[in-house]
Amino acid sequence: MEWEVVIGLETHTQLQTKTKIFSGASTAFGAEPNTQADVVSTALPGVLPVLNREAVNCAIKFGLAINAEIAPRSVFARKNYFYPDLPKGYQISQYELPIVGKGKLTIQVGDKEKIINITRAHLEEDAGKSSHDLKSGGAVEGMSGIDLNRAGTPLLEIVTEPDMRSAAEAVAYAKKLHELVQWIDICDGNMQEGSFRCDVNVSVRPKGSEKLGTRREIKNLNSFKFMTQAIEYETRWQIETLEDGGKIQQATVLFNPDTGETKSMRSKEEANDYRYFPDPDLLPLEVTEADKARVQATMPELPEAMKARFEAEYGLSRYDAALMTQSTAHAKYFEQTAKISNQPKLAANFLSGEIAALLNADNIDISNCPIPPENLAAVIGLVANQKISNKTAKDILPNLWKVVSGNFILSTYEGMLLHLTQMGAVQINDASAIEAIIDGVLAANQAMAEEFKAGKEKAFNALVGQAMKASKGKANPAQVNEILKKKLSS
Amino acid sequence: MINSSLKQFGQMLAKKEISSVEMTQTFLNRIQQYNPSINAFITLDADKTLAQAKLADARIAAGTAAPLTGIPIAQKDIFCAKGWRTTCGSKMLETFKAPYDAHVISQFDAEGAVNLGKTNMDEFAMGSSNETSFFGGVKNPWDFDRVPGGSSGGSAAAVAARLCAAATGTDTGGSIRQPASLCGFTGLKPTYGLVSRYGMIAFASSLDQAGPMAKSAEDCALMLDVMAGFDERDSTSLNRPKELYTRDLNMALKGLRIGLPREYFSEGLDANVAKVIEAAIAEYKKLGAEIVDISLPNSQLSIPVYYVLAPAEASSNLSRYDGVRYGHRAAQYDDLMDMYMKSRAEGFGAEVKRRILIGTYVLSAGYYDAYYLKAQQIRRLIADDFVQAFKKCDIIMGPTAPSTAFKAGEKADDPVAMYLQDVYTIATNLAGLPGMSIPAGFSNGLPVGLQIMGNYFDEARMLGVAHAYQQVTDWHQKAPEGIL
Repeated sequence: MEWEVVIGLETHTQLQTKTKIFSGASTAFGAEPNTQADVVSTALPGVLPVLNREAVNCAIKFGLAINAEIAPRSVFARKNYFYPDLPKGYQISQYELPIVGKGKLTIQVGDKEKIINITRAHLEEDAGKSSHDLKSGGAVEGMSGIDLNRAGTPLLEIVTEPDMRSAAEAVAYAKKLHELVQWIDICDGNMQEGSFRCDVNVSVRPKGSEKLGTRREIKNLNSFKFMTQAIEYETRWQIETLEDGGKIQQATVLFNPDTGETKSMRSKEEANDYRYFPDPDLLPLEVTEADKARVQATMPELPEAMKARFEAEYGLSRYDAALMTQSTAHAKYFEQTAKISNQPKLAANFLSGEIAALLNADNIDISNCPIPPENLAAVIGLVANQKISNKTAKDILPNLWKVVSGNFILSTYEGMLLHLTQMGAVQINDASAIEAIIDGVLAANQAMAEEFKAGKEKAFNALVGQAMKASKGKANPAQVNEILKKKLSS
Repeated sequence: MINSSLKQFGQMLAKKEISSVEMTQTFLNRIQQYNPSINAFITLDADKTLAQAKLADARIAAGTAAPLTGIPIAQKDIFCAKGWRTTCGSKMLETFKAPYDAHVISQFDAEGAVNLGKTNMDEFAMGSSNETSFFGGVKNPWDFDRVPGGSSGGSAAAVAARLCAAATGTDTGGSIRQPASLCGFTGLKPTYGLVSRYGMIAFASSLDQAGPMAKSAEDCALMLDVMAGFDERDSTSLNRPKELYTRDLNMALKGLRIGLPREYFSEGLDANVAKVIEAAIAEYKKLGAEIVDISLPNSQLSIPVYYVLAPAEASSNLSRYDGVRYGHRAAQYDDLMDMYMKSRAEGFGAEVKRRILIGTYVLSAGYYDAYYLKAQQIRRLIADDFVQAFKKCDIIMGPTAPSTAFKAGEKADDPVAMYLQDVYTIATNLAGLPGMSIPAGFSNGLPVGLQIMGNYFDEARMLGVAHAYQQVTDWHQKAPEGIL
């Protein structure tokens, strides 16, 4: 039987607010445990939550970016369960009435585009962190530690419809969402620090079937690599289980990166009854048209719009435009380079080729690229004016990588030209200079010249090779060809 | 001196007839004398109290005194006060020292009032007799065999026995008014949202409201002036201009329409209590008020609705007492679940457990719609009854409690009989309306309270209505004999 996998995602994005969603405590990452746990974060008797409007603005911004409905009235509810890092014994979340309703996100898998429907996005507070291995932390062995610094950090939970049909699609969606939340500056996207965490619902069904299979939810995937591995393993496991005559039980599973396997944490029967009810400490959240307009005014040009503009304004292919808009940092770098050099296509080529490779090799983000746009623009300008060859440009970039930063001279066309001339990297386009080189080659290789004249075509290429070698590769190859041909036929 | 009004205490201090330290010491001496038998206070800290009195004296000397500067006020042990043990009447918080001040506490501190101590109360404010307190019951100063009412029983006994100049209370279903009725003094539960709940330990968040407990309407007005006001730390606090609650104390009652809800004078009401209430109404007629017959048809549903909603909220509010960060933790346990279960089993008393169980049940999957949601819908109907009633009248009056103070132990094993104590007070909590109780006479030597209910934000008028009565009667000046 042919099987089809059905995937939906729930993503927790930490919102970039300075203070917590219901208190004035700082949200900064990495502080000493419990130094950012105020009376509200520790849930002392008598404390009350006060909604941070900045978190609301982040949610509105996301809603607007995916063309979703923003609820004029949404409600915070309490999700009740006991856990030591959940200080109140309940999490304040949104349940029946979330702030962001249905929206859409377009993903690209290979050369195909697909629309993923977003069901909802709601605001909630994060829990604290439990550490169960405290041998090195100074605590008593066998005890667990609770850090409430993270408790109360604002989260936007973004839920999709079960629209994805492969691990590749799921990862493409997750990456696209990851890019978008950073693009609109509501989340720092740091997956290691847990700012962007995905729960993936996976089920399988016979291809062609309309009915959804029983799903299992893979919790807390914090890298795209693990997401791919987890979905692929889970899919195989479910298909094998069904083909062996087994049944899938609804369950929550964890992915173990060491074994590459998923394992059930708890089944549906063991699931909590969260006893949701509207939080009486908080009024319903009202969002007015004016609130939306204020947030809209802070909205940057969104990736889709920018992609279309790059195609129209810079003549980029759809593919290149997509690459240049993979993040705000990419787009910014590209536009600066394109504008200074006035060579958008070359800029896109270098950015997606050499620069991307170098960034990748050193594991650097483009926002920290050692070669600033001005310098790359200078190099590109030299290529465009045939001062250096494309190949030379590519060869010298790794050198510039090390020397360029902070060097003002190299941020201008003239400065870069001077530098590369001194390095002997500039192309020789002067016909008389090339003629002199060729004369020298012919004088030293008279036999070869005679062979060519006698009809041995291959000798010509050998002579060109000698001329290029004599010029240390700097002679303009087209001119070498032309002049050599002229000399030999005279 | 101890029978003085807050205004008189203030004048004595202003004229330097007595210092705040001396006044405070007088009350501390009385507490030392009577508290061992009455048990009105859970925590006393004479050093802290007298230090505040000294500061108040300096302020009085500097000429910057506010109306309540230097006056000793007892605080219900539900309000967190920095450095003070704050127990909420529970073993769970037996050793909890609050690291911050409730809004109410900081308001009194800013006023320069003196915190006399933390008063006894039913555990987590759940009770109508003060018998659920982990720190023991409180005696009714009028009859030591009887309960003072609850949950603000300690504050009530302290006011009645003149162990403080005035006290604070909180009222979720009648916890200020019922003890005011049973102990014979004036208590006011303001409109929901008028007094910030910040730092007030939550029982049922949508119903809890703090208010004054004092000898007279005038005293309550002065107290409310300090307590009320917007606080951004409580999202349900109402942002409205500050009022002066003494402003209508001398209003004329001519033409005032007093509504009497039929349902409040039917079966269940003690006949002697009914006579006292009728006499009080007659007094109001003499003062020029008109009497209007009104109906609150859904008020009979108040108790069932309340005992769904309040436990639902409480079951969630009390989840934080898990033994992890503060509060009682069992001495020995096997694992996390065992720690939770033992700590909570040991830390909470029977009534609190009963309400957590009820609340957990009504919020459970499959029961939520039938109980919680239905109760919310009826709550709306109960509030609508009042909207209709206030089209016909300006003020609603009736009994505060169905009977006078009952004997300790009498209802302790019958929760439903205990819950009926609040049959006349709960509806205003559900509707968010203000209500008060004033002394209106006696039945068999025990005080009877008249309940006055007003429209939203009508506290100033209610206080004026009460004050007019207290100008022509002296029930509010009666104090139990033998302890003065």
